[in-house]
Amino acid sequence: MKYFELPIEDYTNNFVDNWLLPNTAGFFDKISDILRAFIEIVTSFLLFIPAEVLVVLIVLVAWKASGKGLALFALIGGFYIGAVDLWSESIQTVSIVIVSTIISVGIGIPVGILTALNKTADRIVRPILDFMQTLPSFVYLIPAILLFGLGSVPAIIATFVFATPPAVRMTSLGIRQAPEEVIEASKAFGSTKWQLLLKVQLPLAVPTIMAGVNQTMMLSLSMAVIASMIGAPGLGDTVLTGISTVNVGLGLTGGLAIVVLAIILDRITQSIGTKS
Amino acid sequence: MSKIEVKDLTKIFGSHPLQGMKLLEEGREKSEILKKTGMTVGVNKATFSVEEGEFFVIMGLSGSGKSTLIRLVNRLIEPTSGEILIDGENLTKMNTADLLNTRRKKLGMVFQNFGLLPHRTILSNVAYGLEIQGMKKEEREAKARKTLEDVGLKGYEASYPTELSGGMQQRVGIARALANDADILLMDEAFSALDPIIRKEMQNELISLQSKLGKTILFITHDLDEALKLGDRIAIMKDGAIVQMGSAEQILENPADNYVADFVRDVDRSKILEASHVMKRPEVVMTHKDGHRMAIRKMEEVGASSIFVVGKDDEFKGLLTIDDTIKAYKEDIPLKDILIQDVLSVPPTTPLSELIEIAVDSKYPITVVEDNKLLGIISRVSILSGLVLGKEVENDLETETSEVTSR
Repeated sequence: MKYFELPIEDYTNNFVDNWLLPNTAGFFDKISDILRAFIEIVTSFLLFIPAEVLVVLIVLVAWKASGKGLALFALIGGFYIGAVDLWSESIQTVSIVIVSTIISVGIGIPVGILTALNKTADRIVRPILDFMQTLPSFVYLIPAILLFGLGSVPAIIATFVFATPPAVRMTSLGIRQAPEEVIEASKAFGSTKWQLLLKVQLPLAVPTIMAGVNQTMMLSLSMAVIASMIGAPGLGDTVLTGISTVNVGLGLTGGLAIVVLAIILDRITQSIGTKS
Repeated sequence: MSKIEVKDLTKIFGSHPLQGMKLLEEGREKSEILKKTGMTVGVNKATFSVEEGEFFVIMGLSGSGKSTLIRLVNRLIEPTSGEILIDGENLTKMNTADLLNTRRKKLGMVFQNFGLLPHRTILSNVAYGLEIQGMKKEEREAKARKTLEDVGLKGYEASYPTELSGGMQQRVGIARALANDADILLMDEAFSALDPIIRKEMQNELISLQSKLGKTILFITHDLDEALKLGDRIAIMKDGAIVQMGSAEQILENPADNYVADFVRDVDRSKILEASHVMKRPEVVMTHKDGHRMAIRKMEEVGASSIFVVGKDDEFKGLLTIDDTIKAYKEDIPLKDILIQDVLSVPPTTPLSELIEIAVDSKYPITVVEDNKLLGIISRVSILSGLVLGKEVENDLETETSEVTSR
């Protein structure tokens, strides 16, 4: 099947070694520093709060957002994480999830709004999103290490690629599915484009946008676990250690802690979405 | 100066509207343009004007372009060509700021499916138009409260649209349009989504609201009965063009073409025709002074078994039957003692549909009385012929003998 030579490997290495790294290293280092600082602030803040206080807070939020069941689950989950001594790992994972969700949503929602209102923007962004979603995550984990080094920063970048598309798509969908007559009514009474967006389109899109935020958060969590392979600290690291040392018990304790986090995060964000 | 003036307004949907415009100028048909270029002629050179305080109805079947036309009037849809003048100001040439201002101050709009903001309370919905103008919260809410009271929705301020019935939601829609103090109301099939009873009620309320507030109303409907009931003038649309324009009577009597005639044929005449249209002049009428003999002879002349009696200036007195009159003649009883006064009378504006119900219970012909004057009489035969033949009956009035016989 080999009809001609295609030294794409050499080209790429050449490009990366001789141009990309020397020319852009400074820029990527800056981003890296900022993100690292961001994660450290969040992690140390969450670790600074006594575990008991944080658990009580989470139980209260769970109660308010969802109900008694989730509150009870959060309490038991808190005791479990304490008992298996994975508190700081859990906080590290949650920090990565929080930071990457903030970045994904912070960029995803404005882009979603833009694509909903502007056909050209939609035509440009749509294939990029398709690309981001179809690309296997391992493919971009490697360049992420190249550009940002090991640790939680490439994890955040990889998570951003992985988790932003739903935020964009759901925001765009939420805005576009507002009933035509409601939009027309708002225009007929003389709304400007901004008034239409802020007073009609966005409020009507909130439930859909929140569903997008929920998806983004869940994808962030799954990526935060996978990213342990590129040196991201946290529960994923615990599981990875369990796997690599054939320590099934360690893998299970870490895995259960991830499940606890996943259920609490999912239920809380879901009920915020449906309530509004 | 007309409140709304629309000149040669055209909208072509598609990729090259100007090319479609050219074909239209050449006199091509809508279907031909669609076949040739794939473009749809939404509105085809519509020209009309609406005077201040007028209730103007645009009627057409779905796809006739009426909903497009009303959206062109406030430029929710940009026209391809033509002009729209609101109070003499050319809307088509306005910049965005002036357009928004005109929409805010002069044009209120009511939608078929209400178009209420589901995330806002009723009060906040009604205040929306004022809110986007930057009016202070207390001020706009006070105004919205007042408007809600006017449309009979006091007490629902804090409810949400989904908690209200269709009829109530449309009242909110109307209140929202009224709150802005706009002179012009654009109503797009405003009552089409409501059930028949609520619909009738809303129509009546709209009529009284309009006579109270003197708004200029441009009303879209696909229902000819509704058009005839509401409109001072009616324009009938077909394939994007206005095919006939005029008062309800003009359209009923002289349909401009077969399309309009087809519409009119289906009209429920009982709702359009009134007592004055089908009544006959009672030829056999005697003044109160005439005696028994005179009465009997007149009844004999026309072959009727009863006769109406009027006094001076056609003042309605009552009814004599032949049996009573002969009996009274023999026994020498004065005529005024045998007058039957228990005769049903109706005002001349009574709709035919109501007359049908009355006629069933009536032993004698129904009298049409205004200011105590006898204008005419209506028998069951004339109601039926009115339903079948329309107002032709009225024209034949002179030649027919009066229908005074009864069962």
